[in-house]
Amino acid sequence: MKPATTTDMTVTMTVNGKSVTRVAGGHVTLLRWLRDEAGVFDPKYGCGEGVCGACTVLVDGEPASACIVLAAQCEGSDVLTAAGLAGPDGELNALQRAFHERHGAQCGFCTPGMLMCATAMLADGRTRTRDEIREELHGNLCRCTGYQPIVDAIQDAQGVDR
Amino acid sequence: MSVDEIRTSKADELRIVNKPLARHDAAEKIAGTTRYAGDLAFEGMLHARLVRAQVPSARLTRRDVTTARGLPGVVAVLLGEDVPNNEISVDVPGQTIAVGALKARMQVLATERVRFHGEPIALVVAEHEDALAAACEAVEIEYEDLPVVSDPEQALAEGAFAVHEGGNLLAEWNIDLGDVDGSFARADVIVEGEYRTQFVDHAYLEPEAGVSWIDDDGVLNLRVATQVVEHYRDIAKILGVPDSKVRVIAPYVGGGFGGKEDMTVEPYLAIATSHTRRPVRMQWTRNESLLARAKRHRNHMRYRTAAASDGTILAQDIEIVSDAGAYAYLSALVLLYSSVHACGPYRVQNARIRAKTAYTNNPPTSAFRGFGGMQVVLGYESQMDELAKKLGIDPGEIRKRNALRRGDRLPVGQEIITEVQLAQTIDAVRERAGEKPEPSGPRLAVGRAIASNMQSYGRLVWLNDSAAAWIGFQMDGSLTIRCAVPDIGGGQASSLAQISSEVLGVDMDRITVHFGDSALNPLAGTTTATRQLLMSGNATYEAAVMLRDQVLAAVAEETGQPVEALSLTPDGITGPDRTVSVTLALQICRRRNVPVEALGTFFGPKGKEVTRELQGERLFPDFTFGTHLADVEVDLDTGQVKVLRYIASHDVGRAINPLSVEGQITGAAVQGLGQALLEEIVMQDGVNLTGGFFQYLIPTAMDVPDIEAIVLESGEGLGPFGARGIGEPPIGPPLAVISSAIADAVGARPTTLPITPERVLECVERGSR
Repeated sequence: MKPATTTDMTVTMTVNGKSVTRVAGGHVTLLRWLRDEAGVFDPKYGCGEGVCGACTVLVDGEPASACIVLAAQCEGSDVLTAAGLAGPDGELNALQRAFHERHGAQCGFCTPGMLMCATAMLADGRTRTRDEIREELHGNLCRCTGYQPIVDAIQDAQGVDR
Repeated sequence: MSVDEIRTSKADELRIVNKPLARHDAAEKIAGTTRYAGDLAFEGMLHARLVRAQVPSARLTRRDVTTARGLPGVVAVLLGEDVPNNEISVDVPGQTIAVGALKARMQVLATERVRFHGEPIALVVAEHEDALAAACEAVEIEYEDLPVVSDPEQALAEGAFAVHEGGNLLAEWNIDLGDVDGSFARADVIVEGEYRTQFVDHAYLEPEAGVSWIDDDGVLNLRVATQVVEHYRDIAKILGVPDSKVRVIAPYVGGGFGGKEDMTVEPYLAIATSHTRRPVRMQWTRNESLLARAKRHRNHMRYRTAAASDGTILAQDIEIVSDAGAYAYLSALVLLYSSVHACGPYRVQNARIRAKTAYTNNPPTSAFRGFGGMQVVLGYESQMDELAKKLGIDPGEIRKRNALRRGDRLPVGQEIITEVQLAQTIDAVRERAGEKPEPSGPRLAVGRAIASNMQSYGRLVWLNDSAAAWIGFQMDGSLTIRCAVPDIGGGQASSLAQISSEVLGVDMDRITVHFGDSALNPLAGTTTATRQLLMSGNATYEAAVMLRDQVLAAVAEETGQPVEALSLTPDGITGPDRTVSVTLALQICRRRNVPVEALGTFFGPKGKEVTRELQGERLFPDFTFGTHLADVEVDLDTGQVKVLRYIASHDVGRAINPLSVEGQITGAAVQGLGQALLEEIVMQDGVNLTGGFFQYLIPTAMDVPDIEAIVLESGEGLGPFGARGIGEPPIGPPLAVISSAIADAVGARPTTLPITPERVLECVERGSR
């Protein structure tokens, strides 16, 4: 039995390169739609109010906290999550390899969001200082690493051909 | 093998251990394919949510679920009466004794009375997440307010309202050593101080979550974010079923820090699935996590320290009162840690320690990285700096003069049995730091300080700790490890692969570790108390050595070579006459009825059960020592504190994986900086005002500098290859080093945490007088 609040409206997006059409009630967030409807579980629920960054994804190239965006707002959008970063055979990209080498993931729960924030950062090709990287990471919380290996990884990945 | 056997190793003789390897679990986490507790879904899965108390202290006069039960999509609304045994036992899992007040209980769902804001009262189970909110709101609860006890000292006062029958004193510990009053009478200098730490939340990024289902064999499965798979016993007790009918699986956990040591979602998932016979998922919101899961204890500490003119500590006189919150959980044990660690890493011949923990209507308090051993660092290290200042002795020098050495005894009577490299950590951070920097502008002041600490690794010895691990060769020479260790992000599983690789010569990428499963893997105990490297690490090491010796003995007999001339390497079993491939060696074992697997069980040291008066006892396996140094810049007009530089050094005996060790040090230092400067669960008359990350501020990447970790290796400890535990130790020093650095900058010491800009400005004013 479906609760009365759910409508049968559907939303279509391109998620990690694949077109996906799923139901989305008017109140369903992009995070819930990705996780529960589309089966894309790498964006994480960490706070539900857009503070912790664990659900960061790129919507049409722009970073967004999927927990405070409605799925319906993303009709026709191109959504990229961390699970879409690796190559076709699953090989990690340059940023992911830098995270791997620098021990950028401990518990790993903030990692998908961190990767997407960093992907957005690297997209403009500008080389940032450590302080600038730290500043742009301020919307993504990590409780394990102390941030340093994440900053190291992003610094390493700058200017590397991806 | 006994835990008292001090293990050692030489770095240049190690092949895989001591190498900074990317962890075997890192690639999947970075690819985004690791499935955490909340990432698993089943066809036909139900969703569950708790109805929680809106008030901190009340009698429940009405609980009506009729309307809620009738709402569309609602499958069940359960109350305490629906729970077979409505009681959560908080005996430490695996504990074989119960010491009076240590055995304290709470209800799974409150039936008559609530004691804190957020206490669970009813459980709603529905077909769809959307139905949960309406159903929770439709549960009708009426309260008759009772007095709110909001402060532990008020709780202990004559005539205070009793949070629980039997009074508000939950536990007390006393340590008496030597002649304290005589020492104070003889002292050249006496320093007195009063220090307060705050409620802190673990704030791991993964809120509490899990999924439960019943398998074809009738066993209830829970796949949950936990540090303790052995809670399956507590769950079985609640359901009234045999222990063998419950299985807990811990997938990779999104951070623990002690907050997933007690049960969180487990009892609710268990009763929901057991009632509906269907798979159920429960995901706590961040708000629930901040409101209702146990916090770090706030401590109120009074220190009096007597010293001779050369800086020698003559006596410590210490009083500690901690806030146990509404239910006992592990408060008594946390306070025990505070008491035993209260004098720090120093020789103290005369001591009087009085420690009490009291029930209040604040959130329950329990385990958190550092477990009572960290709050006291603020006390003893502040005292040390004040002493140095009064006597005109260098802060490093006064610490070295008093530093514990092997063979010394703690005030509680425990002897230090391994090498202590405290002095080396002091030298290391100071050498790295160089000269103190100049302020970067007018109305700015720079301060520098050091703070040292000690923290136990391994559980209290009277808990009869043990861990087991199984290692088996596959016939192709690859390796399978089974060990129920929960991996909470510290590399607990990966370390076992590294240890096995070292002993058995199998490359890391040919080793698989099956971890965190209470039914299919040998039990390894809790991932708490900085114990897993000591316990599951030693169990794995023992299993690996047994397995190696079995294989070598079989090959020796087969090839007629002496067994002591053989070694197991990645190239096979090499000997003076002949090298045999691993696959052939395994076939030889099979032919000769020699097992190609081994089970290692490691038993921790034993000790006598403690009483309220602590004396003459060994309480812990061993300790890890370290020193941190911080440079801070204080804005004298706004009170803003910027941490310019942070250096942290610990002797870890032997780093199994230096990358993991550095990760523990940098992460713990930043978590400690959060407690020093930013974080506080704010309570007002029992109401929690910090229900989201907008109110509860943990450090962002902008708030902290790089942490320069200096890992020292004495080559000696009780863990495999001489390793010491490092998970908890680095979280204590930040509290004191920041306070002392601010005192150095402005001339007066902040003594209450967190050190907010307002508190800094008070110090600026006091310092300028």
